[in-house]
Amino acid sequence: MEYDIVIGMEIHAELATKTKIFCSCPTTFGADENTHTCPVCLGMPGVLPVLNKKVVEYATKAGLALNCKIANFSKMDRKNYFYPDLPKAFQTSQFDLPICVGGVLDIEVGGETRPIGITRIHIEEDAGKLIHEGADGTLVDVNRCGVPLIEIVTEPDMRSAEEARAFAEKVRNILEYTGVSDCKMEEGSIRFDVNLSVKEKGSDVLGTRTEMKNLNSFRALERAVHYESKRQIIELKKGHRIIQETRKWDDVKGVSSSMRSKEEAHDYRYFPEPDLVPIVISDEEIARAKAELPELPEAKKARYVSEYGIPEYDASVITTSKVSAAYFEEAVAAYHEPKLIANWLMVDIPAHLKERELTMETIPFGPSALAKLVELIKSGAISGKIAKSVMEKMFEGEGDPEAIVKAHGWAQMSDSGELEAIIKQVIEDNPKSVSDIATGNKKAYGFLTGQVMRATKGQANPQMANQIIRKLVEAQIGKTE
Amino acid sequence: MKISNEEVTYVADLSRLEFSEAETARMGEELGAVLDYVATLNAVDTTGVKATEHILNVQNVFREDEVGQSLSNEEALANAPEAESGCFKVPRVIE
Repeated sequence: MEYDIVIGMEIHAELATKTKIFCSCPTTFGADENTHTCPVCLGMPGVLPVLNKKVVEYATKAGLALNCKIANFSKMDRKNYFYPDLPKAFQTSQFDLPICVGGVLDIEVGGETRPIGITRIHIEEDAGKLIHEGADGTLVDVNRCGVPLIEIVTEPDMRSAEEARAFAEKVRNILEYTGVSDCKMEEGSIRFDVNLSVKEKGSDVLGTRTEMKNLNSFRALERAVHYESKRQIIELKKGHRIIQETRKWDDVKGVSSSMRSKEEAHDYRYFPEPDLVPIVISDEEIARAKAELPELPEAKKARYVSEYGIPEYDASVITTSKVSAAYFEEAVAAYHEPKLIANWLMVDIPAHLKERELTMETIPFGPSALAKLVELIKSGAISGKIAKSVMEKMFEGEGDPEAIVKAHGWAQMSDSGELEAIIKQVIEDNPKSVSDIATGNKKAYGFLTGQVMRATKGQANPQMANQIIRKLVEAQIGKTE
Repeated sequence: MKISNEEVTYVADLSRLEFSEAETARMGEELGAVLDYVATLNAVDTTGVKATEHILNVQNVFREDEVGQSLSNEEALANAPEAESGCFKVPRVIE
């Protein structure tokens, strides 16, 4: 029996506001435990929450960027449950009237474009952090309580781990571009929950689904989907039933397991939050927010191909991050060689960043320095090989590429007199190569070029060196004949 | 309309309440009476009346995204029955 995999996703993204959703406590990550709290986010009785204006603005932008309809009228609701990560014993969220509904996002997997439906986006507050290790009880840090979130809920439209990953990456990319979330996976500012079921191929009847929460890397997401879909298929083939449950993904062991927690049955008894008033957004405000949206990755990619003439692949690699796209554009503005600049941004720079545990945010030199480096190569001042050494020094903080070339005496040898003297010496030292060439083995030219590059420590202009080598060798062969 | 003992127990569980058998029976009666009272609204003809989405006739009350003063760790934990390492301490929730 063949099975189809059916995946829906819930994506939680912390919004990039300075303060929490209902109080003026800061949202900065990594503060000491319970130092970003106040009576509102601690859930003290008698306090009055007031909605952060920026939350509405960011949620609206996110909705527009994800092709949703923005609701003119939405409201907040209480989602009731007892769990120590929420001191109020309810999460303030949105139930029946979310701020955004009915979006769609196209993903491309294996050359095929597939539309993934977005059911809704609502605003809500994040919960606190529970620390289970070590202590005999559970420790609660309330700092994260009340950090604003948007929850993006999709239709069950994805059919493979690859599609799930592609969708998650695209959403992250768009949220980052829109500036509504910093999307730092390692800080948990964007988290993925996966709902997964399998059904007989071609059947319209959906299977029982399981949920895996808080997958915080694309790799974990992809692996979790692979594992869980296989597990469900094996269970069904054995004649077992799938139990609807929340499963925990263990990324170290690479397995999902049934989650046994003391959390109660999911009966949230939603009701309208009486302390918060409805959110009304006019069509004019929606139009204004739409006009304020920055250029999104898709549009940027298309523009790079049409305006800069770089291959689509290059454009998609560079636009996967807002920061690298901005860097690229600035470098190209400083020196118009888009393809050469793109090459550095796709190959050498990522390798250096990885090796030095840096990111495009912390790269030690600016786009104008990269542009200068490319200009030095293009003008023939340095060879491509030397350029790699220059980049090394740029990463070591030596600054301006021109200054580096000067300081290390790396300027390409373009003085033909000086070069000719060196080449004469090389030819003299390698009579075998010359006789090889004389007997028709042209490959020996390559060897001689290599020797010249070695003698000049890579500083010879290769084209010029080749010309001189040919000239001198042919002259010598002519003499002996 | 009497609310069954099972329903009372279920709702009590969700609310972390514990009732004796006698209390459960009494709650069933009382909750039933409350629901009956609310149900009198059903007698009103609401044809053409707009559904109430929210009880307040106020909208768009916002605050600016400006950082204010938070409590100190000591203040935050002042009322905690138990605390450890700067955190609230509660009975272990995961086995």
